[in-house]
Amino acid sequence: AAPVQVQLVVPMAVVFCPGSVPADLPRPLPFRDVQEMEISVNLRSSVTSRYETRYRSTTGQEEAALAAATAREADAALHLLLDTTLGSLTVYVVPETSSLLPQGISVYVGRHRSALVRAGGSLAALQARLREVAQLMSFTAGSIAAVLSDRVPDGQLGPDARRNLKSSLGYEITFSLLNPDPKSHTVDWDIEGAVNRYVRPVLDKLSLVANFSVDSQILYYAVLGVTPRYDKESSSFLLSAHSLPHVINPVEARLGSSAASLYPVLNFLLYVPERSHSPLYIQDKDGAPVSTNAFHSPRWGGIMIYNVEAPASPQASLPLHVDVDMARVMEVFLAQLRLLFGLSRDEVPPEFLLEGPGNEGLADWELDHLLWAHTVENIATVSTTLTSLAQLLDKIGNIVIKDDVASEVYRAVASVQSAVSQLSLGHLHAAFQASKEAVTSSERAFFDPSLLHLLYFPDDQKFAIYIPLFLPMAVPILLSLAKIVRETRLRKKEPTKMD
Amino acid sequence: FQDQAEQFFRSGHTNNWAVLVCTSRFWFNYRHVANTLSVYRSVKRLGIPDSHIVLMLADDMACNPRNPKPATVFSHKNMELNVYGDDVEVDYRSYEVTVENFLRVLTGRIPPSTPRSKRLLSDDRSNILIYMTGHGGNGFLKFQDSEEITNVELADAFEQMWQKRRYNELLFIIDTCQGASMYERFYSPNIMALASSQVGEDSLSVKFLEESHPASQTNMNALFQVCPKSLCVSTPGHRTDLFQRDPQKVLITDFFGSVRKVEITTETLSLDRDVAGFESK
Repeated sequence: AAPVQVQLVVPMAVVFCPGSVPADLPRPLPFRDVQEMEISVNLRSSVTSRYETRYRSTTGQEEAALAAATAREADAALHLLLDTTLGSLTVYVVPETSSLLPQGISVYVGRHRSALVRAGGSLAALQARLREVAQLMSFTAGSIAAVLSDRVPDGQLGPDARRNLKSSLGYEITFSLLNPDPKSHTVDWDIEGAVNRYVRPVLDKLSLVANFSVDSQILYYAVLGVTPRYDKESSSFLLSAHSLPHVINPVEARLGSSAASLYPVLNFLLYVPERSHSPLYIQDKDGAPVSTNAFHSPRWGGIMIYNVEAPASPQASLPLHVDVDMARVMEVFLAQLRLLFGLSRDEVPPEFLLEGPGNEGLADWELDHLLWAHTVENIATVSTTLTSLAQLLDKIGNIVIKDDVASEVYRAVASVQSAVSQLSLGHLHAAFQASKEAVTSSERAFFDPSLLHLLYFPDDQKFAIYIPLFLPMAVPILLSLAKIVRETRLRKKEPTKMD
Repeated sequence: FQDQAEQFFRSGHTNNWAVLVCTSRFWFNYRHVANTLSVYRSVKRLGIPDSHIVLMLADDMACNPRNPKPATVFSHKNMELNVYGDDVEVDYRSYEVTVENFLRVLTGRIPPSTPRSKRLLSDDRSNILIYMTGHGGNGFLKFQDSEEITNVELADAFEQMWQKRRYNELLFIIDTCQGASMYERFYSPNIMALASSQVGEDSLSVKFLEESHPASQTNMNALFQVCPKSLCVSTPGHRTDLFQRDPQKVLITDFFGSVRKVEITTETLSLDRDVAGFESK
């Protein structure tokens, strides 16, 4: 794969509240500082991260905002004051005794692009903490290495490293309701309302990343591929964790997808078990029931099992009417959507408190996280594509490049150069847009139908075809030409002899 | 540590594709179509859906006027198993089975008007099974009596796929005369190749696959040994030097089936149910 040399610049501001300035500051506030770190991927590719930090003290307005009762209110008030561009961060250092942060918590990360850090200790300790926060809110060595995984030497990343959705221009989301037992259950789900109320806000926030299209369907008599086991103790049916991989396939054949779009499809399935297999619970590896009753598969989607309560009287008439609680369902589906994109909050240290994203689905810094990863991934993809295109053209010397292919290549090169330079200036939004254009152009150029090497004959095939045809024909022609030349030479000599 | 070791030997794929090509037409090549359809049936049964299978067949058997049992194609002369059935989805049929279309499917250089079902939309985490059958020779495979594909072209097509990361691992099975010559020229990583130079009636893989089921743990070495000299007329060959994992650890279902990686969802997103997304109460 082609070498990638990219510098990721993050504009950061560290704001000290009164009473939180460490004693051993090297210079008086305000001052600027730069921290560079290399994320080495392999011998030829490297990504450097550069945090351009501006240290200053709080303004009067900020102090008023920080006088709020809870960290959450402070975060909301600060958001109105700051003008945060994509990719930037602001960290407020609050005094050690501040009541904004609860006991035992030293870092609070809000919904936007700011965080609160408790002061205490030396400058070195504070800087270590700041580095942790900055990496959490932008990118880590791991997240960058994961998108460049095909350049990482084997063995360093496990086989599960590449499981987040690949960067794409668009995604298709399909919600499916599976009702295997329509005789017992008439299931009503207000999917359109749920999509408008809960899914749209999240997709609107993600619209910067890609185009999303949503559709839904109901499938009747669609069964799971596995028979659940009856458990006497809980008088319910259980699906064990290791039978889950086999659940998806029989259903997938019936799911279908839009014939026109080539975007990756994310499937979210809601399964209402049959009367005879109710209630149905999923067991995790340790045998404990799963609270969400749902599971997901990387790069595919998720499945949730929705149990219907048994009717109060056994003589209740079938079919039972079921009104699906769409909010509960969407809480799970949207959480799965976040996980599919790689937005997990698992590896957060215990002294960090992260504010929940609420109905928007993801915090602003999580959006930044996605954009950093996708921009680097796009740049890497474009450089690989263009390099291999160049190699193909070298190999088949007589390939004809159409004008539009050539212009796409030029456009891709210009866009990727612009993306790299925007990254080194710290303009994440512009860099991301440029990288998207670069990917579109390079894919169009690489996959142009005219570049099939089958259509261009290599020289040795030309020799192989034409020589056996023309050589035998050429032999008598050359011989007669030689004979004619000899005869004309003799005739020229003859007149002098006759004399 | 056991877990880590297991992880290392597991394949890192998230989806499976199959490209099944029968390069012959006409009634006397019935067995090629039957073989391809048997593999198609097994692959579907083990989990790969039609949307992830590209089937290229001349499809002139079932309704051929010479077929004594119309609308059927049997894989064995005892006529036990009708592999044609009623849910066969042929993507490239009849005269569409050409070298150009095959290479276009593999490399992805397809005209924009091609429908989704005729495309190989694999990515860097796809395990692809490519099965080809027909008449071949030393270094080439004949396509429908009018053209041929050479082993160099095939190797180059796989390299184009690798450059664009269109596969995670590839299993190439060729069921023709002198089939082993077709995989001699491969040079891209993560390819395992298997050839049977069998000229007999049954394909070596059919009986073996019929005994597999989606959760089976049989590995590739077992497949390689299915056709010993005593049972088969010719000697099958295989090539694993380009493949990174040990064939002993590769499950049949890594290529013939579609076993998904799943994770339990432990998180939920807490939503404010009353109103559509206004924050800060």
